[in-house]
Amino acid sequence: MEIYFDNSATTKCSQGVMELMQKAFLADYGNPSSLHQKGMEAEHYIRKARGRIAKTLKVQEKELIFTSGGTEADNLAVLGAAMANRRSGMHLITTRIEHPAVAAPMHFLEEQGFEVTWLDVDRQGRISLEQLKESVRSDTILVSVMYVNNEIGTLEPVEEAARIVKEKHPGALFHTDAVQAYGKYQIYPGRMGIDLMTVSGHKIHGPKGVGFLYKKEKTKLAPIVFGGGHQGGMRSGTENVPGIAGLGQAAMEAYEDFSQKQEHLMMLRNHFLQGLEGVTWAHVNGSLNQEEAVCHIVSVSFDNVRSEVLLHALEERGIYVSAGSACSSNKPAVSETLKSIGLGQEHLKSTLRFSFSVYNTLEEVEICIRALKELVPVLARYTRH
Amino acid sequence: MFQAFLIKYGEIGVKGKNRHLFEDALMQQIKYALKPVEGEFKISKEQGRVYVEALSEFDYEEAVESLKRVFGIVGICPAVLLEDQGFDKLCQDVISYLDACYPDKHKTFKVHARRARKDYPMESMEINARLGEKILDAFPDMKVDVHEPEILLNIEIRQKINLYSQVIPGPGGMPVGTSGKGTLLLSGGIDSPVAGYMIAKRGVKIDAVYFHAPPYTSERAKQKVVDLARLVARYSGPICLKVVNFTDIQLYIYEKCPHEELTIIMRRYMMKIAEHFAKETKSMGLITGESIGQVASQTMQSLAATNEVCTMPVYRPLIGFDKQEIIDVSERIGTYETSILPYEDCCTIFVAKHPVTKPNLNIIRRSEQKLSEKIQDMVKTAIETAETIVVEASQEEV
Repeated sequence: MEIYFDNSATTKCSQGVMELMQKAFLADYGNPSSLHQKGMEAEHYIRKARGRIAKTLKVQEKELIFTSGGTEADNLAVLGAAMANRRSGMHLITTRIEHPAVAAPMHFLEEQGFEVTWLDVDRQGRISLEQLKESVRSDTILVSVMYVNNEIGTLEPVEEAARIVKEKHPGALFHTDAVQAYGKYQIYPGRMGIDLMTVSGHKIHGPKGVGFLYKKEKTKLAPIVFGGGHQGGMRSGTENVPGIAGLGQAAMEAYEDFSQKQEHLMMLRNHFLQGLEGVTWAHVNGSLNQEEAVCHIVSVSFDNVRSEVLLHALEERGIYVSAGSACSSNKPAVSETLKSIGLGQEHLKSTLRFSFSVYNTLEEVEICIRALKELVPVLARYTRH
Repeated sequence: MFQAFLIKYGEIGVKGKNRHLFEDALMQQIKYALKPVEGEFKISKEQGRVYVEALSEFDYEEAVESLKRVFGIVGICPAVLLEDQGFDKLCQDVISYLDACYPDKHKTFKVHARRARKDYPMESMEINARLGEKILDAFPDMKVDVHEPEILLNIEIRQKINLYSQVIPGPGGMPVGTSGKGTLLLSGGIDSPVAGYMIAKRGVKIDAVYFHAPPYTSERAKQKVVDLARLVARYSGPICLKVVNFTDIQLYIYEKCPHEELTIIMRRYMMKIAEHFAKETKSMGLITGESIGQVASQTMQSLAATNEVCTMPVYRPLIGFDKQEIIDVSERIGTYETSILPYEDCCTIFVAKHPVTKPNLNIIRRSEQKLSEKIQDMVKTAIETAETIVVEASQEEV
């Protein structure tokens, strides 16, 4: 038996995605830049993917830049915006709970002489719109606020944030990392004042190694990858045709039967939260309020149990979850997000993330809860003193 | 350009009547080391020499790297093999050899000819003199120095003529398999792979035991140990690794015994289990990476306490090494980077804040009495359920 509750780390590829990609790999393998028929066919896959994604966002097809994934799209947004707009100012704003794909290029820019304001978050992980408003200045060129936090699932007030930024300083660009939000919310960046938005393929049952940056028309952005001038010069390199095709398919599927899927995920989450009430020493991080938390992520701290140990104990029963955030390539570093929401020292190393997908079932949630009820008290007995 | 290697071996040359055993073991180890290298090789011995001759095109760099890991080799001499087509042709070949090997001609040299084939029409001294002259004519910048030449040009007249002037240092030691077998307690740390390497260097074949404590240690920690064994196997040859599930024993000790004694008691049981496997596989001793005073469990008192449960000799090749010295070796043999990957092993996970540093054997024994109810069965189960992995130096794809 395998129960996969690590869907924020990555998801299973859908059958439809796999079939389309296989066709792009084996039959229509041309280079979209080639002038001949084979090239045309490959280009067609990309056009189709553009169309499908654009439809979900209600944006123009040309406003999408395909990248090698979420990390590259975030880097392109942050570094590209800074490079293209530095004559208008050297000030950027972001939050303390961003994914490293945003935080690290921000730190790099700090080293290069830019100034970055890091917004605090409350216990639930939400930024303060007041603090944001105070932070925006006439030399602010970019504000980056993630849509949904990947570790605790908190939904940030992105629309309000974008409005505040635009009111105070219309010249500042607004970016959001929507890697954990796309496919879970109806997002219309054009209407929400979002200039740049990051999406990744493998979080929505698409392939790894592909993602995109939405870039609102006329937004000033400099490329970070140079070469043959593909994608209007914004991202050189032969397009990952099978990946992009798969991403397009996954995007389309994500918004098919959208409300049923939402309900299903919400039901799983609610059952899980209810079940946790019966697990000794379990504390849920982030917001319990449905309006403020994404439907597929639950972060839980367990008193007296090291997260790694509980993770492996669950693994022995075929249940796969994450300790903190899985994206930090096996480094047991303390999570910035968990620190920022004021988690105590004892909980920083005892937090697990459970993340669901539409493929999960209520039965799986119940099995997991039963396992936690058994394991947590036993493991807590053997803790390091 | 080189088609062969002449292998120099030091220590094993003086082993009297056992010499052929040493040479055979050396040849076998060379064969193993060259297995993953692109190319076909013939390994032979002739008049107190071991030759590695390439029978096909081969990757020179890879071959040298592999030979540098074979214990017993003191020097690796890349050689050119020439057909005997008269002295004039030999001179030409020698000159083009020197030209290719030494772009900078401001060097001193000496020709050192030897005739294994006495029907060659010139004597060694005559070859030296006449060849020297030709070289001086060809490269006016070169000078002769018969005492300390920078280039010692060896010319050996055998079936073919062997030409070599470079000696690449080998690792020394003795060929693995000439000194019996030992069982290494391998953790995921820096020290134990180095200890294995050091003992293998003395010709000892190695088996290993790893103690795994799921869910307290992860599958990745185990993979790391397999990876480390693989790196050591590049020197020692294949390693038979036993993976022992130690969780129940560890938890039982944790429950019954004082926490500050946990590490010592745990290590005593590890030694017992390791010794069981050692006996089973006819090892002649245990090998650990301990060094006096490095941590609480490696003080003289603690070592005595863990040693007490063993009937076999316990070899501790790092006993007098400082941590930095151990790190230096591990960097040189290529295990360091893997060793420092951050997965917990079972030694660190339950460590008490203040473990005993001077355990009293009587007290330890008394604590162990509290385990008497179940521990025998647990040890038995741990031994019976141990997983065996044969770790080869090169990873075959399955």
